[in-house]
Amino acid sequence: MIAIIDYKAGNLRSVERALKKLGFACRITHDREEVLNSERIIFPGVGAAGKAIADLRHFGLDKGLTQAFKEGTPILGICLGAQIILEKSEENNTQCLGLIGGDVKLFPSPLFSVDNERLKIPHMGWNGVHLVRMHPVLEGIRPQDEFYFVHSYYPMPAADQYIIGTTDYGIEFPSIIGHKNLIAMQFHLEKSGPPGLRILKNFCTWNGKI
Amino acid sequence: MLSKRIIPCLDVRDGKTTKGIKFKENVDIGDPVEMARFYYEQGADEIVFYDITASSDRRNIMIDVVHRVAEEIFIPFSVGGGIRTIEDMREVLLAGAEKVSVNTEAIINSKIISEGAKAFGSQCIVLGMDVKKVETSKKIPSGYEMVIHGGRTYTGIDALAWAREAESLGAGEICLNSIDADGTKKGYELSLTPLISENVNIPVIASGGAGSIAHIYDAFTKGKADAALIASIVHYGTYTIKEIKDELHARGVKVRRTWGL
Repeated sequence: MIAIIDYKAGNLRSVERALKKLGFACRITHDREEVLNSERIIFPGVGAAGKAIADLRHFGLDKGLTQAFKEGTPILGICLGAQIILEKSEENNTQCLGLIGGDVKLFPSPLFSVDNERLKIPHMGWNGVHLVRMHPVLEGIRPQDEFYFVHSYYPMPAADQYIIGTTDYGIEFPSIIGHKNLIAMQFHLEKSGPPGLRILKNFCTWNGKI
Repeated sequence: MLSKRIIPCLDVRDGKTTKGIKFKENVDIGDPVEMARFYYEQGADEIVFYDITASSDRRNIMIDVVHRVAEEIFIPFSVGGGIRTIEDMREVLLAGAEKVSVNTEAIINSKIISEGAKAFGSQCIVLGMDVKKVETSKKIPSGYEMVIHGGRTYTGIDALAWAREAESLGAGEICLNSIDADGTKKGYELSLTPLISENVNIPVIASGGAGSIAHIYDAFTKGKADAALIASIVHYGTYTIKEIKDELHARGVKVRRTWGL
């Protein structure tokens, strides 16, 4: 059973619908035991870091996720779920889960493209990902594939080894990060058409090892 | 680098896609769920649905469409038309839409923007703007006035001032429709579009007037739009989305060009 963490932070049903389309059973839950007993965990999220961490703590899911990570359960973080796995976020100055070392930063403002065009924030729309290293969950993804982003903050891991993919938006920022049995992406793979569904499918059969 | 977005727009009346000419007769042109899936498979970056049902059973019919669309397509889509309360927004978002669009209601009660942004996040709130060119005046210094009720009622509100206010209230995106250009197929309004786009920091979707790929190119270049809403040119098969994107790409516009696997 795949657990989708429900911590009042939106877009759970989109992930659920995508899994249903792919033929995988899942349960939306905030019950810590249920999460710990699941074969893999999806950790989505839309909203602000401060409230998200507070809600996770309320359900004891901060400890639950940390334990699941230690036990080797495959975990997929999406959007906000790719940020609050780091140590600290500039958003609301929040202490996060610390599963991967590093911070979450706000896009610099003003932000300019290489042709000196002023770029709007949030980063919203379709953009590409440059794969820095191979990963089983990204099998079949091509350089020209694009994914749907909507965010104003981005993850900045403390070491290059945690960076799996980067995206160009004024700056080159990490858009896919990972460590051991944890992989997380800043874009909404459940809203990125077939390439996103491909990644989701790969995750659902991943044994958590790299 | 971010791609420019191509967004088909479907007007839905009583659960069927329609195409009216300047809001007069409406012709049934297909099933919205099937059309959405078709455009999704054809490379649309997002879909916009406007509920133009007149009857009072409107909510249920449209919500059912939203549920069914969400099961079939895995790209963002937004829903507008008659959204008046936070509850209306919640119902549409829970049914599976990424964003809700408010237009007339936001003008009557701008709190719907701030409360919607607070409840669901700015990224879920699109401000729909219907705009008409008028004489510049002290009241309307930009020369563009907000209209509501399908373009029939002038509000006395300057379009540029309204766009800025809506952004400060928490709107995450603007869908900018020129009433003058809408339905003409002579191109988007290329004075209005950059005026708004260059004066707000949120994405602007150009809407109204697309008749050719050159028009879309102009919306992205001269118009400074981040996205383009299209309707007749794809609904009647004049162009496919792939043809549109191939030509834009050939002319140097960055667009998303692969979507299948």
